Order: sequence, then C-alpha cells, then structure tokens
Amino acid sequence: MQAFDYVRAASVEDAVARLAASGGQAYVLSGGTDLIVQLREGRRSARVVVDVKGLPEFGDLSYDPDMGLLIGAATPCWRIAADAAIASAFPGLVEAISLIGGVQIQGRASIGGNLCNASPAADSIPALIVHAAVCEIAGPSGRRSLPVEEFCIAPGRTALQPGELLVRVFVPPPAQHSGAAYLRFIPRNEMDIAVVGAGAAVTLDSHGERFVAARIALGAVAPTPLYVAEAGAALAGQPVSPDTIAEAARLAREAARPIDDLRGTAAQRRHLSGVLVRRALERAVERARAR
Amino acid sequence: MTTDTLPADTETVETAAPARPHYRVIGTRPVRPDGVEKVVGRALYGADIYLPGTLYGKVVRSPHAHARIRAIDVSRAAALPGVKAIATAADLPLVEDKILVTGEGSVNQRYQSMNTLARDKVLYHGHAVAAVAAVSPHIAEEAVALIEVDYEVLPAVIDVRDAMAAGAPVLHDDLRTAEEGRKLDGPTNVAEHLRYQRGDLARGFAEADVIVEREFVTATVHQGYIEPHATTVLANADGQITIWCSTQGAFAVREQTADILQTPISRIRVIPTEIGGGFGGKLTVYLEPIAALLSRKSGYRPVKMAMSRAEVFAATGPTSASVIRVKLGATRDGRITAAQAELIYAAGAFPGSPVGAGAGVIFNCYRIPNLQIDGYDVLTNQPRAGAYRAPGGTNAAFASETVIDEVCERIGMDPIEFRLRNGVREGDYRATGPVYARIGLRETLEAARRHPHYTAPLGGPNRGRGVASGYWGNWDGTSSASATVNPDGAVSLSEGSPDIGGSRASMAMILAETLGIDVTDVHPRIVDTDSVGYNDVTGGSRTTHGTGWAVYDLGKKLIAAMSQRAAHLWEVEPEAITFADGVFSCGDHALSFKELAGRLGEAGGPVMVSTTMETTGAGPGFATHLVDVEVDPETGKVTILRYTAVQDAGTAIHPSYVEGQMQGGVAQGIGWALNEEYVYDQAGRLVNASYLDYRIPTALDLPMIDTVIVEAPNPGHPLGVRGVGETPIVPPAAAVANAIYHATGIRMTTLPMSPPRLLEAILAKES
Ligand SMILES: Cc1cc2nc3c(=O)[nH]c(=O)nc-3n(C[C@H](O)[C@H](O)[C@H](O)COP(=O)(O)OP(=O)(O)OC[C@H]3O[C@@H](n4cnc5c(N)ncnc54)[C@H](O)[C@@H]3O)c2cc1C
Repeated sequence: MQAFDYVRAASVEDAVARLAASGGQAYVLSGGTDLIVQLREGRRSARVVVDVKGLPEFGDLSYDPDMGLLIGAATPCWRIAADAAIASAFPGLVEAISLIGGVQIQGRASIGGNLCNASPAADSIPALIVHAAVCEIAGPSGRRSLPVEEFCIAPGRTALQPGELLVRVFVPPPAQHSGAAYLRFIPRNEMDIAVVGAGAAVTLDSHGERFVAARIALGAVAPTPLYVAEAGAALAGQPVSPDTIAEAARLAREAARPIDDLRGTAAQRRHLSGVLVRRALERAVERARAR
Repeated sequence: MTTDTLPADTETVETAAPARPHYRVIGTRPVRPDGVEKVVGRALYGADIYLPGTLYGKVVRSPHAHARIRAIDVSRAAALPGVKAIATAADLPLVEDKILVTGEGSVNQRYQSMNTLARDKVLYHGHAVAAVAAVSPHIAEEAVALIEVDYEVLPAVIDVRDAMAAGAPVLHDDLRTAEEGRKLDGPTNVAEHLRYQRGDLARGFAEADVIVEREFVTATVHQGYIEPHATTVLANADGQITIWCSTQGAFAVREQTADILQTPISRIRVIPTEIGGGFGGKLTVYLEPIAALLSRKSGYRPVKMAMSRAEVFAATGPTSASVIRVKLGATRDGRITAAQAELIYAAGAFPGSPVGAGAGVIFNCYRIPNLQIDGYDVLTNQPRAGAYRAPGGTNAAFASETVIDEVCERIGMDPIEFRLRNGVREGDYRATGPVYARIGLRETLEAARRHPHYTAPLGGPNRGRGVASGYWGNWDGTSSASATVNPDGAVSLSEGSPDIGGSRASMAMILAETLGIDVTDVHPRIVDTDSVGYNDVTGGSRTTHGTGWAVYDLGKKLIAAMSQRAAHLWEVEPEAITFADGVFSCGDHALSFKELAGRLGEAGGPVMVSTTMETTGAGPGFATHLVDVEVDPETGKVTILRYTAVQDAGTAIHPSYVEGQMQGGVAQGIGWALNEEYVYDQAGRLVNASYLDYRIPTALDLPMIDTVIVEAPNPGHPLGVRGVGETPIVPPAAAVANAIYHATGIRMTTLPMSPPRLLEAILAKES
C-alpha cells in the first residue's frame, strides 16, 4: 500500500474544498470496506483520504411513516438493519444490506460507500432503486438531488462531479399495501459477490388482487445496476397471477445485458434474471398482502 | 467445525485377527497439549518471528504465463533508500538432477532451483523472477515495482489436451517422455507415460453384460490452507543458516535449501513453527532459499518473507487439473470383468503430477481380473503441482466411482451391494500390484449400509443420495524421537513431525499408554533439525503410523532404562524387574513410574532415550461416504443436506482427531466437487487468486458431517494404526456427483459441478 494523507473533514464545505483541490487524487472515506481493500491491493491510488464519518448529516438515520427514511451516506449498515421500524417498513432494503459482507463488514460498511463504489453487483442499489430512493449530493455549487437509478454511470463511476460527494439518501415512505424484496444468487451461501441480484417492489389494490404499481431492478447484469422500468410498468393494473409475474420476469430477462466473467456466464445470468425477478415479485406480493 | 464435542461412534470390527487389546489411554479424548496456546493466540506461526534488525523480503513475479527473460534491470530498485539486497537466479548455483522423495511424490532439485527463481524462462503467471529485501515491507513492495524485466512473451498452454497436441508450445526443450524405462525421442510436454496391466482386457470386456465408458474433466484446485507461506531466515558470516518457517517437514526444508544453495546440509538449522494448515502444500520450499540469499547479500541480517494470498494461489503448488477416461465392464449379477482407465494430469511447469497416485486410487478398491491403467504426466504453464491430501485421488475416484454408480443403475443393483461383491479384502491384489494384508473396505461398506442415513427418506423433491468409496495407500517412512524423564515423573518428548492434525496429542497418548502414566504427564514438543534425529515429512498420512511407532519404541526403551534404575536401587539384576500397569516391581519392592522418576538421583542418574527407525507396514485406508443433496433446478445450486463418512482407522488413537480428519477431508472434497477451480484468461493468467473468487466452502455451506470410525487393526503396526488423513478426501466428489444424478437424472462429468455448469446441463436436458 502506498503512503497517503488522512484527514477528517471538519465540515461538508471542508470536504468539498479538499476534494475539489485534489485533482482527482482524493477519496472520500466512509466505512472503508471497499476503499481500503482497493488501496491495499493497488487497484486505486490516493494522495488524500477524506474521512466523513464524523460529520453530522453523514451519520443520520431517521424514519417517519409520513416523511420517509433518511440515511446518512456513512451510516453503517448494522444500524439500519437493527432498527425495527425501518426493518418492518423496508424489508427489501434491509434484506439487501444484510447481505453485505458479514457482521464485521456491516459494522462499517455504508449505503453511501456501496453507491459511490458503483459496482454493478452492489447489493443495496437495486433495493434502493425499487424504493425510488433519491441521492442528496453536495458540491462546490451547493446541493442537488438525483434519483438513485441515475447515480451510477459505469462500473466504478458515478454521476458525482469533481468536488462533489454524497451526503444522504432519502427513501420515500412505503405506500399502503406495498411490499418489496431483494434476492441475490451466489454460488455459496456467504462471502460472494452477486452473480445476479434482483429487487422488486409492488403496490397492490386493497384486496391484494391487482398490481397498482411495481418497480423492478437488477444487479450484475449490466455495467450499472439496472432499473427495468418496462417490467414494472407491465404489471400496473394487471391481476396478481403467475402469468403476469412471469411476463414481468421475461421483460427483466430481456433487459439484462450480462457478460461472461469469472463469477458467472452471460447465459446463466440472463436465465437467473428471470428466475430471481419472479421469486422477488412473489415474495414482495406476499409481503404486500401481509401488510 | 468442532470435533471434540462429538459423541464417539466407533465400531470395533470382529476379525480373525487377535482381539484389540484393552487400552487405558488410546481411544480416549484428552484435551490437546497445544490447545491453550492456540486458543489464547500465543502459538507462534510462520509469520510470528521477530528478530532485531529484520529486513522484509518481497518477490517480483512474472505477469506472463510463458516468456523468455531477456534482461532484468534492478538499478532503480537498488537506488531506492531502504533497499538492502536484491536477488535473482544469477545468485543461485547451478543444481544437478537429484530426485528427492517427499512422501507424496518426488521433486527434482534442479527443477526446484528453477522454480525458486526463474533462470532464462518464466513458466507460469506468478513465477518468481527476483526478490528484494528492505527495511520495511512497504519499501520492499515499492522496490519490486521498480525492477524492470524485459520479457519476450511466448505462447502458453494451460489445458493438458492442448499441451499434448502436436505443435503445442514446449516448456522445456530438453524434456523427453519417460516410458517403460526408456526415453522417447523429441521435445514434448509429456514427462512420463506409465502403465499398469493385468489379465486380458479384450476378453474381460467380452464377458461383460454392461459396459460404461465416460470421459471426465477436472479443474486445478488448491489446498486452501489458511496460513500463507512465511519464513524468517538468518544467514551468518560463518556459513550457518537458521530458518524459521511454517512447514510440514523441517528436514525436507533443510535438504531442499541445502541443495538449492549448494550449502552443506549440517550448516542449516530449521526451526518449524506452528503451522496453519498444509494438506501437502507445505512439503517443498518456495521462500526459504530466497530469504537465505537476501540475508547473505544484505550483510547477514535476518530476512522475513510472507506470501500474500494471491501469491499463495499463483505460485505455490495446487493439484492437477485432469482428463480421465474410464471404461468398466460388469456382468448382470454384479461382477466386474474388466476395467480400463487413462489419466492425464497437469504437472504444471515441472514434471511431477500425482498421476501415479491417481492411477493407484482409481481401481484399488476392487478385485478386477482384467485391467489396464495408463497415466500421463503433462507439463502446462501453471505453477508446479504440489501434493494435496491424497494427491490425484479425488479426481480419479470421481471418475471411477461415478462409472460404478452408473453400472449399478444399469444392472439394477444397490451400489453398496455391488461394492461388497467386488470390494477388495485381505489376500486380494491391488490394481497396481501388491497384495493386501488386513484391510477394512468391506467393514466401511457394511457400516454404511447399516447406518440410518442409508435408508432415511429423502424428504422432498429434487433430492438425491450418493454413495462412493475411496482408497489411499498411506506411507510409513522414517521417524526419530527422544525423551527425558523429569524428577516429577513427567516425560518430555521431543519429536520432529510438524503437527498439522493433532499428532502431538496422539504421540503423548501413545507414550502415556506404553509407560502406564497419565497423558498429562507427557509433554510433547516439536523441535528443530539439530535437536532430534531425522524425520520424514508430515505427509502421506504417515505420522501416527511412523512417528507413533517411534514413540512406542521410545516407551519400550524408557521402560528398559527405568528398569535398570530400579535394579540399581534395589540391588538386583535388571532382568529381575517386572513392569506392569505403570509399576516397576521386584519381590516386595514396587515403585510407580512417577515414584521411580523421583528417585533417579539415587538410582544411577537421569534417564534419556532416543530412537530412530525406518518404519514399514503402512496399512491402506478405505472409506465409504453417503451424501444427500438438493438441487435447485432453476439455479443449478447444490445444497448438501446430510453427509456421513465411514472410515477404517485401524486403531483410532484420539478419535476426535480421526473424526476431525474425516470431516476436514469431506469439507475439502465438497469444495472441490462444487465450486473450487483455477480460472485463467486467454493469455494463461490466473484471474481468481483470492478467497472471494476461489470458492472454498464456508461454514454456511456444509451440514454437520457425521462420522463413523471402524477399526480393522493394521497388522503392520504394533498398535494397529493406519493413516487416516487423506482417505476422506477421496470419495466426496464422486459421492456428490452420484447424489446429483439421483436428484436430477444428470451425470456430471466435469469438476467443479458449479451452478453455471449444472444449470447448463439442466436446461439442456429440459429442452
Ligand atoms: C469481506 C467483504 C464482503 C463484502 N460483501 C459485499 C456484499 O455482499 N455486497 C456488496 O454490495 N458489497 C460487499 N462488499 C463491499 C463493501 O463492503 C460495500 O460496497 C460497502 O457498502 C461499502 O461501504 P463503505 O462505507 O465501506 O465504503 P468505502 O470503502 O468507505 O467507500 C467506497 C467508495 O465510495 C467512495 N465514497 C464513500 N462515501 C462517499 C461519499 N459520501 N461521497 C462520495 N464518495 C464516497 C469512496 O471514496 C470509495 O471509492 C464487501 C466488502 C468486503 C471487504
């Protein structure tokens, strides 16, 4: 590992200023479960590492059934999963973040880091997408918001401009009769990167018979986590049935643009996209009906 | 996985052989002598040695799978402040051909030298090219990046079939195929062709009602020990070299390092540290000669080197990928009439794949009147194959034991019944030649058939049960040990077999049994090469047999020496002393071992004995495994629901450690079966050199593995011991494949049977 400077940001403005001044040689440090590993393995090199864990907004975690969920970019996953109200309102999201690493990793890993690392296989992102989450970004010219599905633009690259950083993620409150789920396929039962991940969120009518709305997203089948708007749209207004669910799963499978790599084959990923979306929809429906 | 809490499930088999003697200590489960140290984190492993003034060594490794080294420019690295020494192959003496037996195969020291630091060619991605010693690991790492190697990249070959093809890139221009005691003409990658033959193959197949013939392909896999290779070496100006390292054989490290450095063997002292797993992967040296060179060149400072995980994967010895063809014929009433196998094993960059051992495993469970086995040792641009627990056995049994399952299915016979009808027993010939003495294959089959697992309902769809048996020959080898009697009656035992599986506990138990003292009164210690006589490596499942025998002999010598002291004390002839149940007596006189130990000062002085022996009589090990799996037909993922391993241990000295070996072998075998494989890119570079992408099973991937020990005592050992460490990794891949077949109707012939492969087969079958 190469030597680098470590600074604790004094404020958001301080962090922005340091990032802006670094000429791309500075990295934000949240939990460090991606960054430190990458620096040690020489996959990234940094001159400065700017720790944002101490900044107030970055450690936010608040949920209000009317206002929704606010998650600071550096809030560790374990805190989110340990909050009973959040777990019951957003089971799909908590399902996703509970998959990130193990106990030790979750003590540090954050949703902000998961998003900003911009891995196509990141587990929290499809779940955030189906929940229509929004990113709050700070930069040299102030704050801006961006839907989470527009945040990642390529493997390891985000929509953040020089000097910008992610401050918080906002998740709107779940609608009545809604439910969500996230499933991933890995060859083992632990310690793997998603071969395919699939998130689904559904809102049903009051009888639980018909889809009012649905959102579907896939991980690890495209250069970025993939929001499959057409698959969700196809469900809106349709009855809940194996056929409609299968059709949505088919659309998701069609949307997948997977590659062969050491973690799976393109054919396998395409097939799994359909299987996992179907299973995630089934589970989301079950949860919506139970609510 | 904890083993000590498991209930004893040991069956003593009734045999014609004399009944098992009554043991006081053997067969019990005492706490291991090295337990506390390990639990509290005080045990010293390979990387835990800190000497004043230590330098840190790092290796420059080839980014290419095959290339000629045109030039190495170290000037920029040498100029970096903090760099104290740089070594390349130019610093190594030329080494002549010399074959060294490691117990799990053999190594040619000339090739070992070429593997230590590449001379004119790099032969695999990760091959060591140069090394640096600096005052900190970070400076050493930076210096590594400053060494410029000019390569002429050559075409590489990874697959054995490609390596055997005409026109394949040749790794060593001077290599010629050895076949039937002669060398064939012309450059080749085929180092050896071996053959075993018996009977009349054509007639045998003509007698068969059913013939099954299949080809199998298996991937390169690594032992996956948790502790990376690590060493600290201090060379002195007087020529003395001291090596601390994590190894399965301190004497092997000494001899190999002496040969590679062309240094007198007596000037090297090797101090083995605790070892965090080896499984055959720590029988040969990688870092030690390099660290010695760097220590010398830095002005005799200690040099510490530790591999990263990626280096362990890329540059130590995994076991061979293979292509295996098996043809087996049987009559309708379940009698094998003929069998033929061809095994092609990847040796990696230098000759020496375990194809010979694989040829031994493939049919050695069965009585086969007509057979032919051909084996090929084939070079590829991969790290030199090392030994891995029953080297070559898992893939060989994967082939033969799945073919047998298919034969059973075709003739409609229960797979255990079929194996009982054909299974070897005392007096039968091995497929590879010798006659078996007392062995326990049939006992494992009978115990498996009696086990509730065998008849339990599967309890759901997409589930299947598989059976497979396995053989491993085991080794005896040379062992030495010494012991001294302390005034408080405890015995200090010095041995030279690094303890990778709890052997210290077994040695203490054998000595305590022999002397009639408490096991807590034996203090075993693994000492350095200057402090005990020669020991072969801890490998070949030999330690409890070989070193156990030496310790047993030591006990007899201690009794004789103590009898002399008693005779001195009581002023009688030594012959007048009797020893029974831990008590020395003569007429009215009687002293326990402990009491006599306290009076040695008046009885002629302290007692110390030593022994060294070339042991014989290793008893082959057999096992039968049962496994239930569930296959997710939509994802191809296999879940292991239940696993039962039955094995003959001869005599289980410490049953917990026998069970631990069985469970460990099964865990590794399941990893090999389901997910483990080296993945290469087009250019022959290894792309998954991490535990993230080289997928060994985690605790969540395995059920509790049930064990049943059967005991058919080995007549070749005074205590009936036979090796147990390797046999249990032989059946799992086949057992899992058979279970997958019974769950899905698909015969998998490729390892690993990973989700994408199985899914592809399921989808192909559906369409
Ligand atoms: C053993 C292990 C297992 C893992 N398992 C999983 C898994 O199952 N699923 C999964 O998705 N991931 C997994 N990961 C990856 C990692 O843990 C997650 O991506 C995690 O969410 C990263 O969060 P972090 O806070 O540690 O990020 P960091 O490492 O601190 O940061 C990650 C990246 O984001 C940048 N960054 C961080 N915060 C900000 C910000 N506020 N603004 C701008 N840029 C920022 C950093 O500069 C860095 O480039 C695993 C990692 C390890 C080591």
